[in-house]
Amino acid sequence: MRPVVIIGAGPAGLTAARVLRDNGIRDVLVLERAAAGGGLPRHCGHPGFGLFDFRRVWTGPAYAQRLIEAARGVEIMANATVTRIKPKGRIEIAAQAGLGTIEARAILIATGIREAPRSARLVSGARPWGVTTTGAFQDMVYVGAMRPFSRPIIVGTELVSFSAILTARHAGIHVLAMIEEGDRIVARRPLDLASRALLGVPILTRTRLLRINGLDRVESVEIERDGARSMLACDGVIFTGQFRPEAALVEASPLTVDERTGGPAIDSAWRCSDPHYFAAGNVLRPVEHSGWVAREGKSAAHAILKALDGGLEDIDSATTLSVEGALRYAYPQRLLWDRGGITIFSRAARAHRGVLRLTAAGETLAMRRVSALPERRLSLTVPGERLRGKRDAVIRLD
Amino acid sequence: MTERSSHSEIFDVAVIGAGVVGCAVFREFVLAGARTIILERDADFLNGASKGNSGLLHTGFDAQPGTLEAKCVSDGYRAYCEIHKRLNLPLRKTGAIVIAWTDDEAGNLLAIVERARANGAEARPVSAAEIRSEVPALNDSAKAGVRVPGESVIDPWSAPLAYLLQGIANGGAAWREAEVAEGRLCEAIWSLKTGAGRTVKASVVINCAGNYGDLVEAIARPSPFRIRPRKGQFVVFDKSAAALAGPILLPVPNERTKGVVVSQTAFGNLIVGPTAEDQDERRLATVEDSALAALVAEGRRILPALARHGVTAVYAGLRPATQFKDYQIEALQKERWISVGGIRSTGLTGCLGIARHVRELYEERFGELPRPRSVKWTPVPNLAEDRPRAYQQNNRSEIVCHCELVTAAEIEAAFEDPLPVATLGGLRRRTRCMMGRCQGFYCTRRIAEIAAGRIRELPQAAAVSRKDA
Repeated sequence: MRPVVIIGAGPAGLTAARVLRDNGIRDVLVLERAAAGGGLPRHCGHPGFGLFDFRRVWTGPAYAQRLIEAARGVEIMANATVTRIKPKGRIEIAAQAGLGTIEARAILIATGIREAPRSARLVSGARPWGVTTTGAFQDMVYVGAMRPFSRPIIVGTELVSFSAILTARHAGIHVLAMIEEGDRIVARRPLDLASRALLGVPILTRTRLLRINGLDRVESVEIERDGARSMLACDGVIFTGQFRPEAALVEASPLTVDERTGGPAIDSAWRCSDPHYFAAGNVLRPVEHSGWVAREGKSAAHAILKALDGGLEDIDSATTLSVEGALRYAYPQRLLWDRGGITIFSRAARAHRGVLRLTAAGETLAMRRVSALPERRLSLTVPGERLRGKRDAVIRLD
Repeated sequence: MTERSSHSEIFDVAVIGAGVVGCAVFREFVLAGARTIILERDADFLNGASKGNSGLLHTGFDAQPGTLEAKCVSDGYRAYCEIHKRLNLPLRKTGAIVIAWTDDEAGNLLAIVERARANGAEARPVSAAEIRSEVPALNDSAKAGVRVPGESVIDPWSAPLAYLLQGIANGGAAWREAEVAEGRLCEAIWSLKTGAGRTVKASVVINCAGNYGDLVEAIARPSPFRIRPRKGQFVVFDKSAAALAGPILLPVPNERTKGVVVSQTAFGNLIVGPTAEDQDERRLATVEDSALAALVAEGRRILPALARHGVTAVYAGLRPATQFKDYQIEALQKERWISVGGIRSTGLTGCLGIARHVRELYEERFGELPRPRSVKWTPVPNLAEDRPRAYQQNNRSEIVCHCELVTAAEIEAAFEDPLPVATLGGLRRRTRCMMGRCQGFYCTRRIAEIAAGRIRELPQAAAVSRKDA
């Protein structure tokens, strides 16, 4: 039996591996389904990684390399796909050598995230080549040195959407427009000006993609802006953002899934509903930057260390959190009574100014005024002892 | 004998159209000893009506008794059950339940049972309580139903691929990008001019041109049937949803359509569809957001827990409907021509029965076929989730598509002779790559690298200078 197995060698998994190694845990195994570790940053060739956890700024691949180097000594088994999560820390894997079962005292799920493809958005039209996501686009450009199209449009205005513009620029691809259904871009404001001034990409707000045309390749799209329809000739459509946890394994397992986050429900010690399993990183919810994710990996590793020592609180001594009002999701979903200060993270469903409040049995346990945007992380801290004995609590944004 | 075969040869039979029906007819004639060629207009076979169906093997319980369709579906069902193991094709007898949601519909159930019996298919009434115990996730307003144990789930693309490959392995010829632009019958020999400028000579032509059936028919005679494609859109839900429906869930059919079906797929997803929309366009089947949203809503009505599961994919197919309900199959002695038209929605099941029926017509009109002594069987790679897959083997190659667990070796194998894949759609259907919930988010680049220029649509490496990257 292994002490710890980590599923996923991205920023969360590799950081957790490093912390476990530094604390004297031997025989940690990291399972990575791709051919190499590093996670999604490997595909993102422009700078912007590492500041939060290494105090340096690197490109994605350089950051990924740093994460792997920092975890040196930990066994990373690449090309190994976990096919099933079973109760009590048993997982089935399809490794290159063959099928197998691995048992561990603690298993950290750090399987990350992906964007919503065209199909999940139910967009009308033909289904030609040239419709892709930022992740696939960056992988093609930065890793594959490919130019999948030359005049695409970008759908969405999240942070990652601007990353798609940079990627296009790198590949000499001319982005015709960026379209956004809402009144304003989703990413924080300066990017709006930056993309207009520096990148030369027009941003069309209040604009909806109606249909995609083209038999073998994208030939045009039909868009609607303020009620007026028009055709735009282009040869690609990049659907950006609308991230969702890559949690198919969890969905097919006995672990509890939070419908709001789309990821495994955890307690404030990063534990899933089966105490053999922990989860950290973007599999928990859409979406945080790599530095934040790495920090979660570190924190989860410390919780695992405590669990290996038998020092973690009883999984049932916790308050179950539910989410109301203008919030889209909140986690951890279970708040342990014995943990000093517990920070609850949440996101608003839409731009909203108001009060974020945690209540239990009619009593307000914590509150603060917030100016919320869908891309902005909200936090609220509550002393664990104030929750003692309370089975349920509600976090809401009014 | 593949695309390199001699052009001056005179074939006994030329099959026009490599959809499910054409592939099954091709196989039937090759195995009966006829020198046979199949001509496909597209760069890949199965690129028309056959690429977008529901992947079900029907017992024919609901066919109009006495029709040619009823006979062919019933024969086709039996034939598939006989040969699927030797071709390594999946067969999951999930059974189906026809569900009545209203008292009116419940009143029709007895007729459905009687019709099933007339068609020789097993069917029995089931109560709402029985349905609930079998499908606990079902909306609890179901009134009653009919259980049809024989209805099954198969792989809609590997089956025709297997028919085509077996035909080729036994000496048949298969040409792609060979649209038959015109044809002339001269001294009992057809000369078919294909789009690529190649001419094929054959003594009998079989028209299996699907959505182009009436246009091809015009080569021999004014077409007695007119194709008006009927579009069917589908929504594919994530694999996590598959367990919600054990048996196939069918509505009580009406005059025009069998209605929206909820079913597992051979690959472990759950599909909801099809719609039924008549259109003039023969080639392009678009998806429409309003129809897809309606299918999602209908799926959630039938299985409320579906609201917790995501959409993996959407697709649309075109069924070659005509002004007639039944199949339009006819052998014309003088014209040395057999029409196989209007196979609207039961082609995947019916094709093997159709093939036999067509071969019998041929032998009646044009003489007995020689029947070779030995037949080669060519098992195809399994893609169905309930049977052994390549990724489970020891010392496998890398898994390229993580959602569908497709290995690099499987993708490479699709490019091998005698039928190298030529289009992205063909590659997806042959291997399942990019068909999963991420739709290429994780795997597009790697697949493009392996394809290395052999798929027109996919980009090639080195277009972007690596020093920048």
